[in-house]
Amino acid sequence: MSMITMREAISQALWEEMERDEKIFILGEEVGVWGGTYAVTKGFLDHFGAERVRDTPIAESAIVGAAIGAALAGMRPVAELMTINFAFVAMDHIVNQAAKMHYMFGGQMKLPLVIRAPGGGGRQLAATHSQTPDAIFAHFPGLKVVAPGTPEDAKGLLKASIRSDDPVLFIENATIYQQRGEVPEGDYVIPIGESKIQREGRHVTLVTYSKMVQYSLQAAEKLAQEGIEVEVIDLRSLRPLDMQPVIASFKRTNRAVIAEEGWLSFGVGAEVAARLYQEAFDYVDAPIRRVAQKEVPLPYNRRLEQLALPQVEDIIQAVREVLK
Amino acid sequence: MAKIIEMPKLGFDMAEGTLVSWVKAEGEKIEKGEVLAEIETDKATVQVESSASGILYKQLIQADTTLPIGSPIAVIAEEGESVDLEELLGDQSSQIDEGSKQSEIEKAEAETEVLTSEEESADVEDFIKASPLARSMAKENALDLTQLKGSGPGGRIVKRDVEQALQSGAGRETLITPSIIVPGRDEHIPLSRLRSAIGKRMQESNQSIPHFFITRSFRVDDLMRVRQQMNDERDAEEKLSLNDFIVKACGLALRQFPNLNASLRDDAIVQHGDINIGNAVSLENGLLTVVVRNADQKTLNEISKETGDMAQRARDGKLRNEDVEGSTFTISNLGMYAVEDFVAIINPPEAAILAVGSAQEGAIVEQGQVKAGWLMKVTLSADHRITDGAEGALFLQHLAQFIEQPWRLM
Amino acid sequence: MEKKEYLELYRQMITIRRLEETAAELYQKGEIGGFLHLYIGQEAVSTGILATRQPQDRVITAYRDHGVAINAGILVRNVMAELLGKTTGCSQGKGGSMHMADVDKNYWGGHAIVGAHIPIATGLALADQMEKRAAVTICMFGEGATNIGFFHEGVNLAKTWNLPVLWVCENNRYGMGTSPERASAVSAIIQKACGYGMPAYDVDGMDVLAVKDIVAERLEEIRAGSGPQFLEICTYRFRGHSMGDPEKYRSPDEVKKFVENGPIDRFQKYLLEQGLCGQAEMDQIMQKVEEEIEQGVKFARESPEPEDAALFEHIYVDDNQRGEA
Repeated sequence: MSMITMREAISQALWEEMERDEKIFILGEEVGVWGGTYAVTKGFLDHFGAERVRDTPIAESAIVGAAIGAALAGMRPVAELMTINFAFVAMDHIVNQAAKMHYMFGGQMKLPLVIRAPGGGGRQLAATHSQTPDAIFAHFPGLKVVAPGTPEDAKGLLKASIRSDDPVLFIENATIYQQRGEVPEGDYVIPIGESKIQREGRHVTLVTYSKMVQYSLQAAEKLAQEGIEVEVIDLRSLRPLDMQPVIASFKRTNRAVIAEEGWLSFGVGAEVAARLYQEAFDYVDAPIRRVAQKEVPLPYNRRLEQLALPQVEDIIQAVREVLK
Repeated sequence: MAKIIEMPKLGFDMAEGTLVSWVKAEGEKIEKGEVLAEIETDKATVQVESSASGILYKQLIQADTTLPIGSPIAVIAEEGESVDLEELLGDQSSQIDEGSKQSEIEKAEAETEVLTSEEESADVEDFIKASPLARSMAKENALDLTQLKGSGPGGRIVKRDVEQALQSGAGRETLITPSIIVPGRDEHIPLSRLRSAIGKRMQESNQSIPHFFITRSFRVDDLMRVRQQMNDERDAEEKLSLNDFIVKACGLALRQFPNLNASLRDDAIVQHGDINIGNAVSLENGLLTVVVRNADQKTLNEISKETGDMAQRARDGKLRNEDVEGSTFTISNLGMYAVEDFVAIINPPEAAILAVGSAQEGAIVEQGQVKAGWLMKVTLSADHRITDGAEGALFLQHLAQFIEQPWRLM
Repeated sequence: MEKKEYLELYRQMITIRRLEETAAELYQKGEIGGFLHLYIGQEAVSTGILATRQPQDRVITAYRDHGVAINAGILVRNVMAELLGKTTGCSQGKGGSMHMADVDKNYWGGHAIVGAHIPIATGLALADQMEKRAAVTICMFGEGATNIGFFHEGVNLAKTWNLPVLWVCENNRYGMGTSPERASAVSAIIQKACGYGMPAYDVDGMDVLAVKDIVAERLEEIRAGSGPQFLEICTYRFRGHSMGDPEKYRSPDEVKKFVENGPIDRFQKYLLEQGLCGQAEMDQIMQKVEEEIEQGVKFARESPEPEDAALFEHIYVDDNQRGEA
C-alpha cells in the first residue's frame, strides 16, 4: 500500500491505462502543455505525445462530441471538462447523444468514453464555478455516473470507467485533490455500481459520497467519543446506485442521514431516502435527514460561502436529530 | 375501381380532423395530387391532395364535420362508373354517422366533472404518533400502542419505548398481558328467497298443524352389516348410503299405513295413491326436498342413484320441477352430524315427517347382559288431525321390521 | 462512367422517391408515428455523394435521412420496418425515422438534434487520422444547422486539427419554416466557410452527376491531406418540413417551379437524350422498384413487434444492464 493524494491516484490510473492500451487518449482544455489546470495530466504530453494528449479549443460540445465520434470509430477517449460547471455547454452531447446512441440505433454503436469533470465549491469562485450538479446527470439512463471520495476508490474506479464500454461521467471534486489515502499496489479495478462501508457503526447509517465522505468520517470520529457509533456508507457510484449495503445497514440501525454537497431539493439524498422508505419502511424509527447545500447560488464572500455549504458540524447535528 | 379517401393523419399527434371545405364538387374530375379538400387539424388548416385520379363520386361528409383519422370522407371513381356505396363502405359507413357525434361526446365527457368517491375522513384525534418500526414491533408483540408513552420528538413512540414496555411487562400484577379487545360489528344479511320461502312454510306448518312426536330406537347392526357387504362389491359412485335403506324401508312400511301417506283437504283425508318420499337436502342458503317417486316400488340402487343425482342437481342449481314436487312423506336425516335424535316440522300438506339420527355404537341390555350394539333413533312427527299416537307407534313398529331385518328390503 | 452505373444512380433515386411517397401514405394511415421528414426533391444529393464515396469513408447526416439510408445500402424492407417500429428495422425499432443507421456500411445515422452530429463527425475523422486510415468523414446537414453553436465548435475543431472531413451543407432554402435570409447573418452559406479558412464550393443539387463529380474531387483532396473542406449543395424539398406542415412560408408557385424541374425528371431526360437508357428500360426499373417497395411494406407489416423486454435492452453494453439506477 502507498499513501497518495486524490490527484496522484487519478493521474496514476490515467497513466497506467494509457500505457496499457494505445487506443486511450486524452482531450480537453489545457490538458497538454499546461499539464491540466489541476495538474492531473502533468507530464503526460511529454511522455505520450501530442497525438494522444490533445489540447482543445474552448468548445465543450466539440470536446464531448469529438470524444463520442472517436469512441464510435474505435478509440477510447478520456475527455476532460475543466470543471463540471462547463458541462452544461456540452449537455446535449452528454445526455442526449452519449447516453442514448447505443439505445437509439438498436445496439449497433458502442461509446466507450469517459468524461472527467471536477465539481464542488468552497474556494470563492462564485456561483457559476462552484456547483455540484451530480444528481442531474445521474438522472439519465444510458449514462454511468461515478463519484469517488477516496484515492483508493478514485484510482480503481477510473480504471473501471476507462475499461467500461459504456459512457461514464467521472466526477471529481476540485477541492480535495490533495486529500491523502492508502492505495493498493499494482493494477486493481473497483467495479462501477458498488457502495462501500467506509466505517462500521451500530447506531446510525450515514450515506454519502465524494468530498462528503471525509466530512462524514470526521463527524463519525467526533460522535464516537460520545459513544455514538455511526456507520458511514460511501455510494461511490450514483448510476448505477447500489442500495444493498445501505438498506442492510438501515435495517440494523433504523436511523439514517444522507450527506451530499449538492443542493437539497431533487438531490441524491432525495433518491436514497425514497428508496429507504420504500424498501425498509417497517424499519424506520425516525424521519431520514438530508445534509446538503442551502438552496442559494454560491456567493463569493468567504463566510457566506461556507455558511451555504454543508459542514462537519451539520452532519453531527443531523445525526443527533435522528437519534432523538 | 372506386377508391375510398380517408381522413389523413397530418401530424404526429393528430387523432381527428375537421373538414373545413370541399375544393372539388361531386361529379367533378380530379387528378392524383390535386387538392381535394381543406382539413383542419388542431394546429393548422391544411390542403389535402387526392391520392387517386377520376371523378369525385361522393362527398361522404359535409363541411364542419369532425372525424377520427382513418374515417372515410370521399369516394373517387372512374368516369361513368357507378358505385354501390353500401357495399364499398361496408361497416365503415357507421363511422361516418358516428363521426360528428363522437367528437361531441368526447367534448361532453371532457367537460363532465369527474365524480370522486367520498373519502373517509381520517379520525385525527385517534391518530397515534409512532414510527413505522415501533408500530411493527408493537404489532408483533401484541402490544397496545395507546398504552405506551412516546419519548421521541413530539411524543412519538419509537423503538426504545416499545422495548421498554416489553421489558417491564406493562407493569401489571398479573403476568398476563391483557388481550386486545376488538369490538365486533353486526352483519346484516338479507334473507335469500329460498330461506324466506322455507321460513314461511315452516311457520305456517308449526302454527296450523297440531304436531305430536314419537321417538323410537332401532337396532341397526344387521342393517350396517348388510350395507357394508353390498358396498364392498360396488364402486365409489355406486355405494349405498344408510338413508337409501331408510327410504326404501319407509316406502314399504307406508303401504300398510296409508294415513301417514296422506293430506288433509277440506274435511277429507286424501290418502295418496303413490308413495313419493322426499329427502331434505342441505344447500348453502337453505334446504330443499328432493323427491323419489314410488319409492316403495324402486330398488335400492334406483333410490340411491336418483337421490344422488338430484342432490347433485340441487347443489349445481339445476333442479327440475319434478325433482322437488309431489312428495307425500318426508325424511330428514341429520345422521351425518352425529345427532342422536331431533324433532322435525311437518312439510305441508303432508301428514308426517321422520327425523333420523345417526347410527351410534352404544350399550344395549339384553337379558340382563350389557352388550355393544348399533342403535339409531328416529322421531316421527305426525298431524293429529289425520292420525294419532297409536297409529304412529304401530307404523314405527312396522318400520322396525324393515330396518332391523334388512333382507326384507330386497 | 459505364451505363450500368448511370442506371444504378437512376434506380437509387427512384427508390428513394417511391419510398418517401409510400411512407407519406403510411403516415397518413397512422402506421408511422412521430415525425416524418421526406427527402422528396433532394434525391440527387445523397445519391450523388454516396455514389462516389469509398467503403472506408464515413457518412453521417441529420434527420432527413432516408435517402442516405438507401444509398448506403440499407434495404427498403429494413427502412420500412424501422418506420413501423419493428424489430427487423435497421435500428430494431428503437430509433424510428430520424435514427436510421448501419455501422457496418459506415453510415453513422440519422440524428435528431440539429447540428449535434457535427462535433461527432469531427470525432469520427479524428479517430481515422489518429489511426492513419485513408478515410474521409462526410458530414451532411441543413443550412439551418450552420447557425447553431455545435456547428461552430465542430467545424472549428476539425480545421484546427486538420481533420479529414467534408462538410456538406444541403441548402434546401428553408430551415423548417425559416429561410437563411431570416436566420443567418450571411445567407450565402458558402461564405461561412471562410471564417474557418476552409476551401469552399457549391453545386446544383438537382444534378446528380454534378454532385457526384464535385464530391469525388473534394474527397480526393481531403484524402490526400488537404484538411476539411466545405461544400454547399443547393437543393429543394418538394414537400413540407415534415408531415402536417401547412407551408405558410413559401408560395405554391415557388414549389411548382422546382417540382417541374426536379432531379429525377432531369436525369431521366439526360439518360434518354444521351441514349444511355430507353423508356422501356426505365419503366422496367420503375416496375422493379415498385415491387421492392410493395414487398418492403408487406415485410414491415408482417414483421414482429418488439417484446416488452426489448424496452430494457441496449441501455448499456456492459452486462446488458437495465436502465434503472
